[in-house]
Amino acid sequence: MTTTIDFPGAPLAPPGETTADGAPGGDPGLGRRAGRRPRRGGAGQASDRGIVSLADWRKPSIRRTTRAIHATLLVLLVVAGLGPLLWLLKASITPTQDTLRTPMAIFPNGVDWQNLVTAWTTIHIDVQFMNTVIVAAGAWAVQLIVATTGGFALSVLRPRYGRIVYGLVLATLFVPAVVLLVPLYLTILNPPLIGTSLLNTYWAVWLPAGASAFNVVLVKRFFDNLPGEIFEAARMDGAGSFRLFWSVVLPMSRPILGVVSVFAIIAAWKDYLWPMLVLTLPAIQPLSVRLPALQQTIELDVYLAALAISTVIPIALFVVFQRLFLRSAGLGGAIKG
Amino acid sequence: MSTLQRPAAPTRRSPVSWVRRGGLSTLLFMLPLLVIFGVFSWKPIVEAVVMSLQKTNLVSPAAFVGLDNYVRVLSDPQLGQAVLNTVYFALLALLFGYPVPLVVAVLMSEVKRMRGLYSALAYLPVVVPPVVAVLLWKVFYNADPNGPFNTVLSWVGIPPQPWLQSAASAMPSLVLEATWAGAGGTIIIYLAALTAVNPDLYDAAEIDGAGIWKKVRHVTLPQLRPVLLITFILQIIGTAQVFLEPFLFTNGGPANSTTTVLLLIYRYAFQNSLGGNYGAATALSVLLAVFLAGFSLLYFRLTRSWSSE
Repeated sequence: MTTTIDFPGAPLAPPGETTADGAPGGDPGLGRRAGRRPRRGGAGQASDRGIVSLADWRKPSIRRTTRAIHATLLVLLVVAGLGPLLWLLKASITPTQDTLRTPMAIFPNGVDWQNLVTAWTTIHIDVQFMNTVIVAAGAWAVQLIVATTGGFALSVLRPRYGRIVYGLVLATLFVPAVVLLVPLYLTILNPPLIGTSLLNTYWAVWLPAGASAFNVVLVKRFFDNLPGEIFEAARMDGAGSFRLFWSVVLPMSRPILGVVSVFAIIAAWKDYLWPMLVLTLPAIQPLSVRLPALQQTIELDVYLAALAISTVIPIALFVVFQRLFLRSAGLGGAIKG
Repeated sequence: MSTLQRPAAPTRRSPVSWVRRGGLSTLLFMLPLLVIFGVFSWKPIVEAVVMSLQKTNLVSPAAFVGLDNYVRVLSDPQLGQAVLNTVYFALLALLFGYPVPLVVAVLMSEVKRMRGLYSALAYLPVVVPPVVAVLLWKVFYNADPNGPFNTVLSWVGIPPQPWLQSAASAMPSLVLEATWAGAGGTIIIYLAALTAVNPDLYDAAEIDGAGIWKKVRHVTLPQLRPVLLITFILQIIGTAQVFLEPFLFTNGGPANSTTTVLLLIYRYAFQNSLGGNYGAATALSVLLAVFLAGFSLLYFRLTRSWSSE
């Protein structure tokens, strides 16, 4: 059983496995984390107890060891997690010769802010930056439309052919992304009905992003767990499918829409191989595609400044929406039960 | 799509009653999914299998050639090397990347204060765009004695390393970066699983006189087993398709020591001046998919007995 791996940090087990692992009911509801041990909070919250008991904690030796381990861990995490990024930040405002001769020294010959300006204006990282935003925004919109309308039809409207459609959607989870590479590329060159190549248009990145079975599964399961009585009541009041979708289901789905949005935007920001294949003009390429090409042509300090600028937005998003990110990342585990 | 009202006009294909019962509006809601998946997922999957049996390069019309593509791919002298390299990458990634997140997550689960800070630091590398991470590490791996990593090594008296420049150390260097970039996601998944461990189990273990180490061995790890089994196979599936690192770090070199299966597929299809050999590329990707499916099936069959104890 194979799964496509284009979902960062959130691999998905086939839904059949959820129950096979002994989670009763296999309920992956987001609102009540996995519904398995409801007595605990989310991954980010401190639990009332863990491996080390209160009795253990009262022993000074254990307390000291635990504290030492935690301090060491923090230092290691700072060095490994933050260190490379701090170095990049430093190098982005350091002259090339300093970075080459004494890479670990902190500003031996002063600071060169000009690097950032050159990267942004002369190298036109600003264009690539906007392109990245456009790619991410479009992919996000397409994924949200497909996942919410499809999830709504499959979960709430439930047509007779729904089971077949859902089965086919699930089946794509077992096909590695690499199998799609060449035929998808040829589809972009010669799409059905449109008659003109989508190569070097953003549609070539936006539309395939929508075919994410992972999103559909997440959203459908969330809708499945919404209380059915509300739908009945809305129907009684004469709400049609569209009203039900827009005024009842969507407003109740903020948590899952947030998760899908995080996945969509991160994936769009990270993707390399596919946009490299279909966006061949430098003027419309996003950062990830353009940066490797810049490597040979521009000076090291400006290049590192460009790398630093490319990292800023994802890091800023992460710092602001940290909870949502970490909850989404932990979701992969929650689904596995 | 979402601004479309529920239309009342009956269509020729279906009776009026079907529309009255909302069949048409249901289909309208299903439409984006059907179109997008149809064109960009279901159709390409079928085409992949068809194309692997054809000779296509967009220049001349496609012609069926039976299993020729598979024969050509399997007899390519580069395939053996690429498979070995991919297996080597996967093994090294397991060696570096499998135990580290587990140990870190177990230790982190005991942190009472500032847990958020620990998680954020661990997850930070995952947020860095993978391309930026690779390009940055390429600078770190500068083989010059003044390269960043070599400078740090010189502080502790280790001579400069060739990193990406030598066939022996190129692959471990790739895996080191890949582990840095990926470990955070796994740590967070383990942490989520660890908070779901029922504390009563620890209480019970203590009543039986278990110390901290015994609790880890006999409660924590068994409780994590389902997640550990899944992350293992997902890591195998992921590393079997590794592309970014070998492509951007070394482009398969030095001396083909980092050419992976996916790099080979990419070269068949897109790095041929005479027009892509799409048949060979899809044949190899179908072979890879079939192998992974078989491997996963075997894995789940073998591990079923352990996980359902």
